[in-house]
Amino acid sequence: MVTLEHYLVLSALLFALGIAGVMLRRNLIVILMSLELMMNAVNLSFVAFSRYLGSIEGQIFVLFVMVVAAAEVAVGLAIAVAVFKQRGTININDISLLKW
Amino acid sequence: MIPVPEINLGGVLPALILGVAGLLATLLGLFVRKGAATVGAIIGFTAVLIALAANAPLRFMNTPAFSGMIVLDTFSWFFNLLILLSVGLTILISMKYLTDQGLDLYEYFAILLFSSVGMMFMVSGTHLLMIFVGLETLSIGVYVLTGVLPKSSKASEASLKYLLLGSFSSALFLYGAALLYGASGSLSLAGLAKYFQSGSVSTMGLIGMGLLLVGFSFKVAAVPFHMWTPDVYDGAPSPITGFMSVGVKAAAFAAFLRVFFECFGSAQVTWSHILWILAVLTMILGNLAALVQSNIKRMLAYSSIAHAGYILIGMVAGTAMGAAGILYYLLAYIFTNLGAFAVVTMVGRKGEANISIDDYRGLGKSHPALALAMSIFLFSLAGIPPTAGFIGKFTIFGAAIASGYIWLVIIGVLTSAASVFYYFRVVMKMYMEAPEVEPESLKFSPSMALALTLTVMVVLYIGIFPTTYLNLATESVKSLF
Repeated sequence: MVTLEHYLVLSALLFALGIAGVMLRRNLIVILMSLELMMNAVNLSFVAFSRYLGSIEGQIFVLFVMVVAAAEVAVGLAIAVAVFKQRGTININDISLLKW
Repeated sequence: MIPVPEINLGGVLPALILGVAGLLATLLGLFVRKGAATVGAIIGFTAVLIALAANAPLRFMNTPAFSGMIVLDTFSWFFNLLILLSVGLTILISMKYLTDQGLDLYEYFAILLFSSVGMMFMVSGTHLLMIFVGLETLSIGVYVLTGVLPKSSKASEASLKYLLLGSFSSALFLYGAALLYGASGSLSLAGLAKYFQSGSVSTMGLIGMGLLLVGFSFKVAAVPFHMWTPDVYDGAPSPITGFMSVGVKAAAFAAFLRVFFECFGSAQVTWSHILWILAVLTMILGNLAALVQSNIKRMLAYSSIAHAGYILIGMVAGTAMGAAGILYYLLAYIFTNLGAFAVVTMVGRKGEANISIDDYRGLGKSHPALALAMSIFLFSLAGIPPTAGFIGKFTIFGAAIASGYIWLVIIGVLTSAASVFYYFRVVMKMYMEAPEVEPESLKFSPSMALALTLTVMVVLYIGIFPTTYLNLATESVKSLF
């Protein structure tokens, strides 16, 4: 029997994996993928809660999150292309002109 | 038969006008060969003026609209006004900036307008979905604007860092919203407020609240969620930096205030402790780091972090007086900081070559008016009477004392005394030192002159006669309490 807790634990794990990816990976594309993973982990929670509570609101939210995540990744990839054209690398350790 | 909910387009007219103007600017930009940026700027500025008029009736309203997704009240009116003022001034400053850089970007103004539409929905949203969509509309626009300079590798790096950390914080915000939804079964602020008033708040609900707090702290650049601020403010085009430091901050604080006072009001004891710590860290780190900067944009970035700390004091105070202080502070801050960034844009010249504090040497002699304006803005940032910044700090500190947060105010006063040092360093350079080589004289453009005159006059005027504006702020926060 798959209960609400299973979904929530899976979602929390995926979210943590996403955070770890953003923090530890150095490749820009992988970081963007990890951000997507975080958003989708949240989507999973929303859908699970929506089913559990019997309310449609959570599922509507998920549709909006998907739209926003797509827009964000489009801008992110555009910026990645611009950065790659200027420096020939997408390793974020090499992108460090601005330091305090 | 599906019932059609009532649609109140009149209430969102200011946002609609800006949105349509943005589309118009994008379309016309395709057909105008040369001077497309000027066309975009004119359309944008006209739209801001019309939207200011369309915003006026909101002041006397207090009605939910679009099935309770947004609310039209005095609070929304006040913040719409702040947003429109900051967009209008940014457009004026940007015209000069783009001419100086030799760029003909009409998209610049279109994106600026779109992101202010996002801000307007964010400040009037009463549903976490609306606040999230508003937040993202504004953020994505600002990510693009940060990297809008095509040849600058600094700008693209800044925009990359902003995007990564911005989406990271949005994801945390979202997770918070999901947990709150699971705990309370509702995403509207009214539903959440009912849940928090019921007294039996689950751990999941509290974690959700904490994650929302982190998300908002990222957007207002509170320590320890401030890491992106100096880099992004440094790399972005100067007028956009000004816009980010006032417009984005005002919109984020508006949603922060609305969410935390309206729906977590009954859990205030819990979150005001956390905000106390954040405020202290923000004030101390912001001011200390600003002391050692040699780049004026970075100095202003740390100063803007410090100002977020002062504004947080008003939230910790947790009273109507504190919230009114925040509103007045933001009003004063918009004019002061945009004015300062207008001067930075002027002095920066082509390619932002002169953004070191040393480039301000001798400005008092070569451009007395510009140096005087900069001094007034810096005085106001430091909180010295008779400028607007003084009244703002005074009101917020007063509210905190009234609520019994004496230590917080002592730290606030001490750190703002320390801030006088780095603001005055720039004034000293302008009046007491001479440049090594006499630089070419700066050329004013009419739009820039208008922006500078307006900001100087308002900073002094609302600093000397603050009563009307303080009353307006007090009237605007009534709907939150």
